[in-house]
Amino acid sequence: MELLRIDNVTKHYTGHTALNDVSFSVPQGCIYGLLGPNGAGKTTLIRIINHITAPDSGTVTFDGHTLTAADIYNIGYLPEERGLYKKMKVGEQAIFFARLKGLSRSEAQRRLKFWFAKLGIEDWWNKKVEELSKGMAQKIQFIITVLHEPKLLIFDEPFSGFDPINADQLKREILELRDKGATIIFSTHNMSSVEEICDHITLINQSQNILTGNVDEIKRRYGKDRFIFTYNGEPQTFGSAIVGKAHIISDHTHDNGLIDTTLQINPGTSLRQIIADVNDVVEIRTINEAIPSMNEIFIQTVKEFNNAQK
Amino acid sequence: MNSKIGIIIAREFLQRVTKKSFIITTILFPVLMIGLMIAPALIMAFSTTETKEIYVIDHSGIVAQNLKSSDEVSFVIADEGAPDTLRTHGNSYGVLFIGNNIVEKPGNVQLYTGEASSMAVERTITSQMEEIIKDEKLKQYNIENINEILRNVETTVTLQTFRTDSDNEESTSSSSMVSYAIGTLLSLVLYMFLLMYGQMVMTSIIEEKNNRVLEVMVSSVKPTQLMVGKILGIGSVAVTQIAIWGVLISSAVGILLPMLLPADIMAQATALNAGTLDSSASNVDADLLGVIAAAGNVAYIVKLFALMAAFLLGGFLFYASMFAAIGSAVDNIQDASQLQTAAIMPIIIALVISMSVATDPNSPLAFWTSLVPFTSPMIMMMRIPFGIATWEIALSLGILYISIIGMIWIAAKIYRVGIFMYGKKPSLKELIRWINYK
Repeated sequence: MELLRIDNVTKHYTGHTALNDVSFSVPQGCIYGLLGPNGAGKTTLIRIINHITAPDSGTVTFDGHTLTAADIYNIGYLPEERGLYKKMKVGEQAIFFARLKGLSRSEAQRRLKFWFAKLGIEDWWNKKVEELSKGMAQKIQFIITVLHEPKLLIFDEPFSGFDPINADQLKREILELRDKGATIIFSTHNMSSVEEICDHITLINQSQNILTGNVDEIKRRYGKDRFIFTYNGEPQTFGSAIVGKAHIISDHTHDNGLIDTTLQINPGTSLRQIIADVNDVVEIRTINEAIPSMNEIFIQTVKEFNNAQK
Repeated sequence: MNSKIGIIIAREFLQRVTKKSFIITTILFPVLMIGLMIAPALIMAFSTTETKEIYVIDHSGIVAQNLKSSDEVSFVIADEGAPDTLRTHGNSYGVLFIGNNIVEKPGNVQLYTGEASSMAVERTITSQMEEIIKDEKLKQYNIENINEILRNVETTVTLQTFRTDSDNEESTSSSSMVSYAIGTLLSLVLYMFLLMYGQMVMTSIIEEKNNRVLEVMVSSVKPTQLMVGKILGIGSVAVTQIAIWGVLISSAVGILLPMLLPADIMAQATALNAGTLDSSASNVDADLLGVIAAAGNVAYIVKLFALMAAFLLGGFLFYASMFAAIGSAVDNIQDASQLQTAAIMPIIIALVISMSVATDPNSPLAFWTSLVPFTSPMIMMMRIPFGIATWEIALSLGILYISIIGMIWIAAKIYRVGIFMYGKKPSLKELIRWINYK
């Protein structure tokens, strides 16, 4: 069951194309990573989902129907660049934003009391925003984003500006929201947090969707026929033994003299063959499947795509 | 949709009217205004000028006995043979020496004073002496009954002006000096408001863009709603301020003025308003009486403030849209300075034209600039006190409010692009190009 579906969305600005035929779908109740280098087109895509701008072509389907202006009541968006009215009091301001999202004043007040108590910040209610630290203001913004209990939450770099303790608290809150049924789009450059919390990802580069899918599945796909050999011997002899059958991705020498070599087996060659070949020239200690990190996948995919474009 | 604009208007309005600075200026301004209005009246009512005593040593024997003393100056005839030591004039204000050949040589007259002599005293002396010498010269022609003739020809003219409204049978007294004063005041207040509140819209949008509240806002509200809400919110602050001033000033003059001014002056002012004043019997300066009469006419003040509010709101909406578009396009106030001349220049030009219109409120320039929405609010504020046809006011307001819709539409187009543009400072040309963006 999908909550959001992007079909062939294209958006041009004068001078450049922000999105070029991007399609993907976000399943209900998952945390979906929207990744990509700076300027790839993520913000434009998020703005389209938020009904702030319209695509030139393509469709956005939300909860089974074409996205309309009324759907913004079911979307919560925490932008990367975010701010609050400095001179306004925290509670008053939170109520203002909640009312813009369609909550009544009393309902907003009730829910805010709940959240303020949950995060232990009740005494901030009558403070002016300018008296708060950056991290404190971010917490208020998080509450404002989730207060109207939207079906879809979009967080753009939610952890920036948080210390590790608060970042961890926020992460738990996000996971809890997902467990309660919210669907979350998570845009970030922080690949370790993607690995930790995302179920699916889409990687946008140069306005195009260049990689999309389930995180575990992508990792397995990228780890296919890739192994780490740990051995005692010469990397050169190791390398010459496998010429034409596999290519070496990296070498690493441990303090104890053992060497890690990560290699990718060429199609048509089996792991057994490689083992047989290198067993003659080095002393093999262990062989492991190499599971790439999202960071490596990100860099590799973007580089390959950019090289192919040239 | 519209409830969102309402929420935004409420925020903009409440944030501003609860500020200390707003409350202070709103109260202080009328106090200042009322002070300016009643100060001359108070001075007139309470100040007792010291009578200046002047000794007159008249060698000609024809002037001294004809000099008339007033509250300000009293002439004391000194003996002809009085010693010159009188020049030190004891405790008198001064000594006036008149030569014996004064009729033939009118320059033969000197005034010695202990302190700086005053223009008023000098004018009293010269004008009285001119009359006396003129009479003396006439007498030298040996005309029969000359004294009686001279008394008969003496005339004082007091001009009373009335404006007749064709569509209104009441005819109110109006003096162009009073209209000029009120018109200048109104168009200056309007000028101040347009600049102050227009720039408030701009700065506030720049601030929102700068601290990225806008990024949060646009996920809940359409940019156009945001802009319109801001303009209307700040506009309602301006109208509130004018309304408070209107109420304060008109109730103050309605209550305070009769209490402070002497009864006879009030009676004359009331008579002037009713058009029944017998000017020849008036002992008060006609222009001053006009100001008091206008200030004391509560209905007139309420009407002025109502029209003022209509033109103020119209002018504000028109210019605030321009300021909003400019504010949306830049990242900080410094960058705005160049672009905002596009909005400030027409306001200044309108003020300059309105000043020149004051001398001829029904000239073609006055008429046509009253129809152009860029200049009409201020020109009309200047012209209305002079009394112009109702259809002209209606036409001017009509054109203004229709243009507002167009201006807001254009501004919204620019705003919606501008708020997402960071970095490069756009030119006016680029702003105009944004209007056509999809």
